[in-house]
Amino acid sequence: MFTILLNSNTQWVLFSTMIFGIAAGTMGCLAYWKRQSLMSDALAHAALPGVVIAFLLLGEKNLFVMIIGASISALIGASFIQWIRSSTRISADTAMGMVLSIFFGLGIMLLTVVNRTSGGNQSGLDSFIFGQAASMVRSDVTTMLILALAVILIVFVAFKEWKIYLFDPEFAKGLGLSLKWMNGLYTTILVTTIVIGIQAVGVILIAALLIIPSVSARYWTQSFQRMIIISALFGGAAGALGTFISALGRGWPTGPFIVIVASALFFLSLFFGKEKGILVKYLQLKMQKRLVNIHTSKALRTKGVE
Amino acid sequence: MTYHAMWIIVTASLVGLSCGLIGVFLILRKMAMMADAISHTVLLGIVIAFIITRELSGTHMLIGAIFAGLLTAFLVQWLHSLDVQQDAAIGIVFTTMFAIGVILIATSVGNAHLDVQHALMGEITFIPWNKMSLPLIGEVPKATALLALVLFVVLFVLVAFYKEWKITSFDPALAASLGIPVLLMHYVFLCLVSITTVASFDAVGAIMVVAMLITPAASAYLWTDRLSIMLVLSGLFGVISAVAGYYIAAWVDTSISGSMAFATGLVFFISFLFSPKHGWIARYLRLHKTVKKTG
Amino acid sequence: MAEAVLQVENLSASYRKNTVLFDVNFVVQAGSLVGIVGPNGAGKSTLLKTILNLHPSLTGSVKFFGLPFNKVQKRIGYVPQRGSVDWDFPTNALDVVTMGLYGQIGWLKRPSRLHKQKAFEALEKLGMADYADRQISQLSGGQQQRVFLARALVQNADLYFMDEPLAGVDAATERAIMTLLKELKALGKTVMVVHHDLQTVEDYFDHVLLLNRTVIQYGKTKQIFTRENISRTYGGDLRWLREESLHVHNPIK
Repeated sequence: MFTILLNSNTQWVLFSTMIFGIAAGTMGCLAYWKRQSLMSDALAHAALPGVVIAFLLLGEKNLFVMIIGASISALIGASFIQWIRSSTRISADTAMGMVLSIFFGLGIMLLTVVNRTSGGNQSGLDSFIFGQAASMVRSDVTTMLILALAVILIVFVAFKEWKIYLFDPEFAKGLGLSLKWMNGLYTTILVTTIVIGIQAVGVILIAALLIIPSVSARYWTQSFQRMIIISALFGGAAGALGTFISALGRGWPTGPFIVIVASALFFLSLFFGKEKGILVKYLQLKMQKRLVNIHTSKALRTKGVE
Repeated sequence: MTYHAMWIIVTASLVGLSCGLIGVFLILRKMAMMADAISHTVLLGIVIAFIITRELSGTHMLIGAIFAGLLTAFLVQWLHSLDVQQDAAIGIVFTTMFAIGVILIATSVGNAHLDVQHALMGEITFIPWNKMSLPLIGEVPKATALLALVLFVVLFVLVAFYKEWKITSFDPALAASLGIPVLLMHYVFLCLVSITTVASFDAVGAIMVVAMLITPAASAYLWTDRLSIMLVLSGLFGVISAVAGYYIAAWVDTSISGSMAFATGLVFFISFLFSPKHGWIARYLRLHKTVKKTG
Repeated sequence: MAEAVLQVENLSASYRKNTVLFDVNFVVQAGSLVGIVGPNGAGKSTLLKTILNLHPSLTGSVKFFGLPFNKVQKRIGYVPQRGSVDWDFPTNALDVVTMGLYGQIGWLKRPSRLHKQKAFEALEKLGMADYADRQISQLSGGQQQRVFLARALVQNADLYFMDEPLAGVDAATERAIMTLLKELKALGKTVMVVHHDLQTVEDYFDHVLLLNRTVIQYGKTKQIFTRENISRTYGGDLRWLREESLHVHNPIK
């Protein structure tokens, strides 16, 4: 079984999904505090038509061009959501659900056309739906690495700006931070994170890697900085471990295994996390009940005196 | 129109109608993303039903779907009660359950009868081949019969408890103080969403069913201020999208379910632009007028 | 001595891990018009919700007319905070008022013309007859609150709980609502109102419940609503109180 690890291509793939996991874990914290967890899900689905159109235009699979296509399409999706929200009484989650499913539908329409015209050759595009890390080649890995590192760098370099932007946008504005720019940058790196992961995890499950590690990290710390680091660690671990497990079976999809590892880490955190973990909370509740009882008996006693 | 095409259109219209009706309450109860979650997790329900019974029959699928839908809602509620943001909770639950479903298919169930691709994209073209015979009506595709049954159930439950659906959607606190079992109705509603989803699976697949559920209702929401009219319009838009989707697919020669999802988008876009009250153009003109007046 | 319509004993409740209410005890007599007053976070809304079983209680018991809640549900009316519902809901004012009758109409039945008539009369009573067909998002804040009050009115309950009905409404609405509340009282009904404006307490309510996570004082406004008790309720910060009386003017004068 460990022979798989010795295969150099697997090593590269493993490394790239790990870096992606780290980027997603990092970015996920920003999305969590912007309260846009499901936005990543909508954007991932919205990226599909872009991927297919890029393929249609180019006639071959080139990850970099597809990433550009995916980004454009996801950004269009994001602006549609914004537009619908701001100019009608339709709520944000409805707008997200619509964009998600309609763009995905369009993507499937295009994908069917591609599969038909390329003469039954699946052209490897189907792997964008569930993710097939094994189908990645060296150049894909390089592209992924560079972009993932760029995302991580952007978050860490401007760490304190992100912090005030997320916690108190009005205050950030007062400090001379341009909210328009920060919003733009936020959407750009969110979309980048999503699209680089599409090939490894697939459009349907990619949101998991942005959501789960950050929520898990909350159970271990109260500090934003540590939360990002822990979330990145969880994301990286899920990426690497999930890819490794999926390499054990033939034709096993990568995405679902990565998600399973991530949520296993989540449930561990949920139960045993030191901040608000179930175990800790249970003990706190017991204390609380005792306190209430003490209060009550005290009150009764004083009444008795009166 | 061929016999084959007719069944496809009938089936698609049934999907559009039942999804359109359910969708109205979905968006009014702010549960659009919950529908997205359920449409994914229902896959796990079907897989488990298949593993236990080793066959894919309508009733097993329905039971599996209800189970998965309720489990999803329960888990989301549980996580939310533990302080996890609502949409993060939805994200965690549905991706995990969906991943388990996909892995089960890829490993233990095998590709024999269950195909993820099929479940996600739907394969409405195959529907007319798989028939059963019903008394009085004769030969009917199984999926169509199932959909008709589900539509009947949905229609019955929505109409019979119309005022209760209305009040629990608008003001659950008042409803509870009047003695209406708000929580029970919430779970009944989730069951309706689950069975509608699973019955539509064959036709449009997991993700496109979300389009059918949410978009016609959101479009109808732009045209009217009355709940009853919204229901009628939403059902109508669902049927229009389904039929239009079929013809678009035939024209471009592509996936029917994808085209139907796309067609719901077209219906919405038209509503979004041209609705007299809430449409973008009307709004723009109104804004322009006031600016002129005040300016 | 009037009949005790509400008996609360040793009630406590928590939100997440914070205890919001503890050791709440009081008895309300029939025909009282009670103002529930206390600082932000004192647990005023939670108290109403816990009494009405909309929020779980940790300890304690609540009795209405000497009976548990589910036995007398029909005699109790509740007016939630205006902000607790989505006013974009596709429905009109008359329909919202009719909702107050759903408990009486019963399962599987539609509201009849008689029910609509009743609802319309309630709207009329609050000066809202012209707005019966209006989509509810097109009503002003004060008009929305009147719709809610009309809805409570048609319930024809004996005991009402109202969560901040006077928050953010115009002077005319405030007057209309207070007239209605006094009429209800005159009919022998009991009304409990969460209230935020200290200036108007003495004019509006004959009883007052000073609340800050527990009952500080409960009784007749004339006896209880003293500077000392208020400062105990608001954490002893009298200076804050003085500022309040400078800034807040009685909107009705």
